[in-house]
Amino acid sequence: MPVAVVLTALLLLADMAVGSTPIPLKELWRGLTGSGTDESIRYIVLHFRIPKAVTALLAGAALSAVGLQMQTLFRNPLAGPYVLGVSSGASLGVALFTLGMPLLGISAPSVWWGGIGTVGAAWTGAAVILLIIMAVTTRIKDIMAVLIMGMMFGSAATAIVEILQYMSPEGAVKSYVVWTMGSLGGVMLSELRILVPVLAAGLALSVSLIKPLNMLLLGENYARTMGLDIRATRLRIFASTILLAGTVTAYCGPISFLGLAVPHIVRMAFREADHRILMPASMVCGGGILLLCDLASQLPPSDMTLPINTVSAFIGIPVVIAVILRTRKNS
Amino acid sequence: MDYERINTVQLHGLTLGYGDRILFADAGIGFGWGEFTALIGRNGTGKSTLLRTVAGLARPLQGYITVNGHRTDAMSRREIAATIAFVSTEEVKVENLKVADVVALGRAPYTNWVGSLTDTDRAKVDRALSLVGMQAFARKGIGTLSDGERQRVMIARALAQDTPIILLDEPTAFLDLPNKYEIGLLLRRLAHDEGKCIVFSTHDLAIALELCDTIALLEGGRFYYGTTDMLTESGDLGRLFEDTPLTFDTATRNVRLRDRA
Repeated sequence: MPVAVVLTALLLLADMAVGSTPIPLKELWRGLTGSGTDESIRYIVLHFRIPKAVTALLAGAALSAVGLQMQTLFRNPLAGPYVLGVSSGASLGVALFTLGMPLLGISAPSVWWGGIGTVGAAWTGAAVILLIIMAVTTRIKDIMAVLIMGMMFGSAATAIVEILQYMSPEGAVKSYVVWTMGSLGGVMLSELRILVPVLAAGLALSVSLIKPLNMLLLGENYARTMGLDIRATRLRIFASTILLAGTVTAYCGPISFLGLAVPHIVRMAFREADHRILMPASMVCGGGILLLCDLASQLPPSDMTLPINTVSAFIGIPVVIAVILRTRKNS
Repeated sequence: MDYERINTVQLHGLTLGYGDRILFADAGIGFGWGEFTALIGRNGTGKSTLLRTVAGLARPLQGYITVNGHRTDAMSRREIAATIAFVSTEEVKVENLKVADVVALGRAPYTNWVGSLTDTDRAKVDRALSLVGMQAFARKGIGTLSDGERQRVMIARALAQDTPIILLDEPTAFLDLPNKYEIGLLLRRLAHDEGKCIVFSTHDLAIALELCDTIALLEGGRFYYGTTDMLTESGDLGRLFEDTPLTFDTATRNVRLRDRA
């Protein structure tokens, strides 16, 4: 665990140093501490590098915590915010807001309201999909069936978004497409004022769920006879999932497979099932891995950056395949 | 007869069922301290539903249950968790989940918000593991155990929960004959030596007859309840085999095919 924390801290510094203008570590340190330095470097560090790195750290932690609690709640190793369509639901919410509202001739009264509206739309979209998945999983226990269902939700959401795009003016479409490619750099310093407290609250909620999640490992019957209030627990898991996955999707766009993959990487590395270890480890490693994805998306140093979604897929997909192969072998 | 004074678990006019279908009505039997009871009956008679209702997992249509005179429907979740432990038929197979962790979860009603174990909790976990003879397996993964070993671990988890009552839903199903008897002997020892009230549902009539103090037979929406000898001699056990090719031989206490005419 200390190793993971140190690695993630190093990645945080590295992520701040790398960008279209590489900043040497010595300069970065001066920029961070504000001990008299080039004003332009200070500006870049404060307005671009800190928001980007902090967003990557928190978004990675948030999606991984969500993936872990969904896997335990649904007793499905392939559950995750992206795979089960929660991110798609959030995207659809955002699309309805950013594309649908202009189509109806309504425009947000201010940038700030636009930001709040985007977040609210993402939460609503995520909540709707979660409720549908819950309704389906109480009837269908088959892991693969639920997974296919989640992919169908994703496709349905994409289809609706495409119709909206077809009907929308070019400007609105462009801003939406840029958003779907997922970008950590798009988050501004002022937006951190919403992002940081909301994600911190969601992560705190996830930490408070450690014991209920451990009890749920034995199944709902055992958990209830050991005194767990299942309904209240489910509600808390949903609240934290919507806060975390919805907010990250609203600000960074959909980030694929990270939430599914990180808990498995952590299980393999720590050989544990106890959420007292899995939860903090998933948060730390998730933050570190998304920082790594961000670094990878900027290499080789040039003005071009790959969408974060593409990079996270390269890490996530092999893990998904490994998990599918293993669950097939065991059953 | 006043059962209230000797019974720890007592049903009061208990009616169970789903919607229009009534499994049994107005049941008033009870289970005593240090008593090992088998709940027997054909499939679908309501054995599991009774155990689930007593454990607080299902609601009765009518009536209520008392434990030492206190109504369970007036108890908090935590109070019930500290009174009744349940071993269900669900298979627990979680990757990397260790035997000691499963048993430690039995301490959940007593631990803090994150579930840290105190020295007392650890001592209870160790004792539970040694009572079922699984100390050597503490660090093993639950997924690597045989069915019989896993059932012992689930019983240890119930013991760690430190409740006067343990209910088990078909704990001997899917086990081979030696394992069936070993689990039966273990439960009987726990009832007699630890003074627990242990009730389990089963289709293994031979185990019930050989090891249990009392039998509750559920047939046709009625309970036939008594000591193992009483039920054998009264011929009530024969009710299990009505309209089947089988018959219960009271003299030999054996089930055999009916003589063909």
